[in-house]
Amino acid sequence: MAEITLRNIRKSYAKTEVVHGVDLDVAAGEFIVILGPSGCGKSTLLRMVAGLESITEGEIELGGRVVNQLEPRERGCAMVFQNYALYPHMTVGQNIGYSLKIAGVPRAKRDERVGKVAASLGLEDFLDRRPAQLSGGQRQRVAMGRAMIREPKVFLYDEPLSNLDAKLRVAMRIEIRKLHQRLGTTTLFVTHDQVEAMTLADRIVVMNKGVVEQVGSPAEIYRRPETTYVANFIGSPGLNLIAATADPDKGKVTLPDGQQLSYDTKRWPDVGYGPVTAGFRAEAVRLAPGGITGSFEFAEELGSGKLMHCNFSGHTLIAHAFGDKAFQQGAAVSFQIDPSAVHLFDAETGKRLAEADGSAMAPEPRKAIAATLSV
Amino acid sequence: MIERAPVLDFITQAILVLSLVALLMPLWVVFVAASHDYQTVNQVPMPLWPGSHLFDNLSAAWAAGNFDRVMLNSVIVAVGVTAGKICIAALSAFSIVYFNYRLRMLLFWLIFITLMLPLEVRIVPTYAVAANALGPFEAILNAVGISIHLPEWNLLNSYSGLILPLVATATGTFLYRQFFMTIPDELAEAAKMDGSGPLRFFFEVLLPLSKTNMAALATIMFVWSWNQYLWPLLIVTDHANYATATMQLQKVVPGPLFGAPPIWNTAMAANLIVLTPPVLVTILLQRWFVRGLISTDK
Repeated sequence: MAEITLRNIRKSYAKTEVVHGVDLDVAAGEFIVILGPSGCGKSTLLRMVAGLESITEGEIELGGRVVNQLEPRERGCAMVFQNYALYPHMTVGQNIGYSLKIAGVPRAKRDERVGKVAASLGLEDFLDRRPAQLSGGQRQRVAMGRAMIREPKVFLYDEPLSNLDAKLRVAMRIEIRKLHQRLGTTTLFVTHDQVEAMTLADRIVVMNKGVVEQVGSPAEIYRRPETTYVANFIGSPGLNLIAATADPDKGKVTLPDGQQLSYDTKRWPDVGYGPVTAGFRAEAVRLAPGGITGSFEFAEELGSGKLMHCNFSGHTLIAHAFGDKAFQQGAAVSFQIDPSAVHLFDAETGKRLAEADGSAMAPEPRKAIAATLSV
Repeated sequence: MIERAPVLDFITQAILVLSLVALLMPLWVVFVAASHDYQTVNQVPMPLWPGSHLFDNLSAAWAAGNFDRVMLNSVIVAVGVTAGKICIAALSAFSIVYFNYRLRMLLFWLIFITLMLPLEVRIVPTYAVAANALGPFEAILNAVGISIHLPEWNLLNSYSGLILPLVATATGTFLYRQFFMTIPDELAEAAKMDGSGPLRFFFEVLLPLSKTNMAALATIMFVWSWNQYLWPLLIVTDHANYATATMQLQKVVPGPLFGAPPIWNTAMAANLIVLTPPVLVTILLQRWFVRGLISTDK
């Protein structure tokens, strides 16, 4: 049964529409990450589910009942805010237990439940402290405790990790994942960080400019982006995209400078002649002679390998290369790209071209870590 | 900014010290005058060192001015006005900041504009209203064609008359509005998610957070209302029961009009009595007061 159902949700401020009709079904217990750049309407969507924003059009159902007209407290959601929004004048214990106090739970029972929640978050020793005396990570945990204690049907997280430093963010990410495994509460999690999205989500909803670009598991979204926007947004770096001309007879696309790239004709049987957008992952590129050639610009060292930025007739393409070989700026580099790793998109709409059945989840070719650099 | 300019430092320090002396000198004279007997205080020149009759003068002044009753009146009025002002300021700012309704900004500016209309400017109409509090309503109803005679509600010679017309406050509303605007929206939203209604949010989150703000406002308003002179003088004719301390001061200083030379020692002792409560309030609340005004409270 769907725990959360969004039907054609729209939101306008005055005359400007910021969310243009979102449909989504979330199963009970699912962890959904809404991913998008700032200003794409993802937070607005979350706040509409929470009841903090009015819904201009459409319906939101939580646990089978339409909640459009319900107050936030009646919806059974708990929310964790980006800046935690802890009550500065209350102790940690009071912060966590405030919703119970409002609900009129007697003090002894309240203290017991606060104690349990605090223990599960490792906050037992901080119950009498004020939020100002806590570190960022601890405040984050208090905010989570405040959400947990209500035993909500739905957890809503609004960019909860953005205010933490990089290391803590990874640690809290793991804690949130563990918490979800333990409680199994349906979760909506808003973020602009694709690594968070990939690591946390059962399914990712990629949003751009108020519309949903794609909904799918992290693997699906990575391997089979539906639009050039998703392709470029997901992955680090994003998919390399080049405007090209398709020639289905030869099974090749021609790049603007005349070089050609093969694609898998079995996977893309219906490609017509004419302009397409071709894409491939940096990870699918192998440095080898005889492929397409570009000029080296610079490399980003990652430790495990490096991201080589190369210029192909005006496009900057990024290849994930292993090995220690250094290149001069402007040196010619040749790449082999496995035809099965080439994605094709409509040149105008940016939508993925139709694929043959059964190839939907074709895995990306994994290259051997030991592959050596050669030119 | 760190600067080393010893000459400039000396000059500024000197100005500071001189200003302090200029400020404290009159108070010192009051204190000295209050501590001498009648003969000594009327010598020319008056001595500048305190004498030994301070407590005699204080008790004489206390009795002469009926201060038992009058101080109590002043405390009631000052506390009433201060409490009323804080309530009204907090509530009106809460409404203006946290609720979205039409005419919200208009209302805010209307409140704000009353800063330009202190009591002294509108004293005659205010007196008319105090003389018959329901009068304006009657006039409005009659003007729209409902002929009605409301009972007369007279605020003259009463604590409500001394307090209510002074309670409205634009300064307080403005101070509270500025404070509420510094509170992140998420706090209100978190309270909503926790199931708190607006009033609970106001009492359990906003008011506790505004403690320093409240202390600042309380200090200013207590001193201000304690020092009110014109309004009590106007509205109170029953001086035995409703006179306030500041009003009573004039009675302790018999002027030439009454034929006798002024009894400065008692008069100054009465001054000391009257200025003590606001000084105490300021000293007690000043730590909060400063924090409230610079609002760096964490």
